[in-house]
Amino acid sequence: MRAGAFGEPRRWAIEHQIAVGEFFDAADFVPVAQAHIMADTESLGEAGVHFLEGLAAAPEAERRVRVPTLTDPRGLDVAVYKRLGQSEAMRALEARLIAALQAFGVLMTDTCINYQTIMPPMRGEHLAMGDTGVVIYSNSVFGARSNFEGGPSALAAALTGRTPRYGYHLDECRRATRHFRLAARPRDLSEWGALGGIIGQALGSYWEVPLIEGVEEVPGSDALKHFGTAMASYGSVALFHMPGVTVERDRGSPARTRPGQPCSDVIGRAEIEAFIASYGATGDKVDVVVFAAPQLSLIEMAAVADALTGRQVHAETTLLVATSPEIKHAADRMGLTSRIEAAGGIVAAGICFYQSYAGELAEANGWKRLMTNTAKLVNIIGGYGYRPTLASLERCVDSAVAGRVV
Amino acid sequence: MAILLRCHPGIGPAVTGTALVAKDNFSARYDLDRKAGTFSRPTHQLFRQSYVGRILVLDQAKGGVATAWMLRDMKERGLVPQALVFNRVNPILAQGAAFAGVTLVDRFHRDVTDLIRTDDQLRIDPGAGRVEILNRESS
Repeated sequence: MRAGAFGEPRRWAIEHQIAVGEFFDAADFVPVAQAHIMADTESLGEAGVHFLEGLAAAPEAERRVRVPTLTDPRGLDVAVYKRLGQSEAMRALEARLIAALQAFGVLMTDTCINYQTIMPPMRGEHLAMGDTGVVIYSNSVFGARSNFEGGPSALAAALTGRTPRYGYHLDECRRATRHFRLAARPRDLSEWGALGGIIGQALGSYWEVPLIEGVEEVPGSDALKHFGTAMASYGSVALFHMPGVTVERDRGSPARTRPGQPCSDVIGRAEIEAFIASYGATGDKVDVVVFAAPQLSLIEMAAVADALTGRQVHAETTLLVATSPEIKHAADRMGLTSRIEAAGGIVAAGICFYQSYAGELAEANGWKRLMTNTAKLVNIIGGYGYRPTLASLERCVDSAVAGRVV
Repeated sequence: MAILLRCHPGIGPAVTGTALVAKDNFSARYDLDRKAGTFSRPTHQLFRQSYVGRILVLDQAKGGVATAWMLRDMKERGLVPQALVFNRVNPILAQGAAFAGVTLVDRFHRDVTDLIRTDDQLRIDPGAGRVEILNRESS
């Protein structure tokens, strides 16, 4: 493969993987069952799209992926991009990128909740997942094995069918390194996100693995989705153990703690409320309310529709909901989309807001104050010039209707 | 004699340049205005400072996966750090450096943000796992 006998795409892929594998002292490669490519055009830019087009021009036998390969959200949704103030240049770049990815045989799922909607991973399954939220959920809840695989590396894994064996493919990296004890039960998804943010901030490293005790009731999939995405965002964490909930700890090995470790950090209601209050801005005008990052499940879509029933979003506030194409189809069929849009909201498919030229959206629409129930989003979006506020779904909807933070 | 620091073998070409140091973490998406070439996250210790052409010396890589793509685009537009020197990186920063051909080293024997000061002149040899501080002498 290195000599180019299987074509330029696979030659590039294996060279890239060897460079990364050597950096992390990988002994060899491990076959992967799936790859998942994060490839939004804001991140790739012209350089990234041009690179992919070059590989995609290879003969079909040389460019086809070797394992099922999915995509993370796109940079824009062609059905709503004009309403959001996105440009024709953005749409043109996106079209070039989609054509290149399709030439590899990639399945354009455009989702960061593929574990809820496409194909749940299996325990022990090695994967090359390209979204931090997907990785932490797959590793922790399902016991699958993946590192954070950025777009180039996920594509390389798709082309070679393998990935360097380091990090969370190895038993020794999956042991808990620090204990936390939960002394209060999060009351909604925003609080589960806050809890993930608190633990992520405390860890601050990809190589730390938290063990969270004191979770007395099994959280739902959406709760662990918000919890994991926030922890991955604030701390770059890729795996957590939660006895009674996640699979590896229940069965003993390999989720053991290292010798000499640790004492528990206790997280209670005061810590959760202080985290949320740090983003507080009661009384401020709200420019945009966003339900995304991660994309919404069908259950979350129904919750937004219910909260908006009989109400109207304020004329000077935008309410945006982003979900996967599969869930959007379901929401259309069940009348959820029409209920949200009748109240003045916008429902987008296959995007996830922060991956959608968030800085340009702020400029085009004059947005500053953003409100969301997603801790991951408030962490990311400050760098794009937004002032974010974290609150429950119900408070976000109340604020969207009032046009100010309530 | 220059101060010699040992680290894990890294990625990219050998380079010489000027350090910009902070006890903070890094993500191209979370922290940078990639059009202006500056740190844009208000809570980052390097807020409003230019990273272009500097050797960034920071603690850890953080956050999401976008940096894996972004470094290459930043390099092609001429708005990229000259090199990245970290205590410990995650896979994304290593993948991004490999994809872009940007110099990256990590895993020193001590906290590298204590060992190197802003405006130090550094020579980095990633293949050998060596960073030299050229403007200061070892005691």
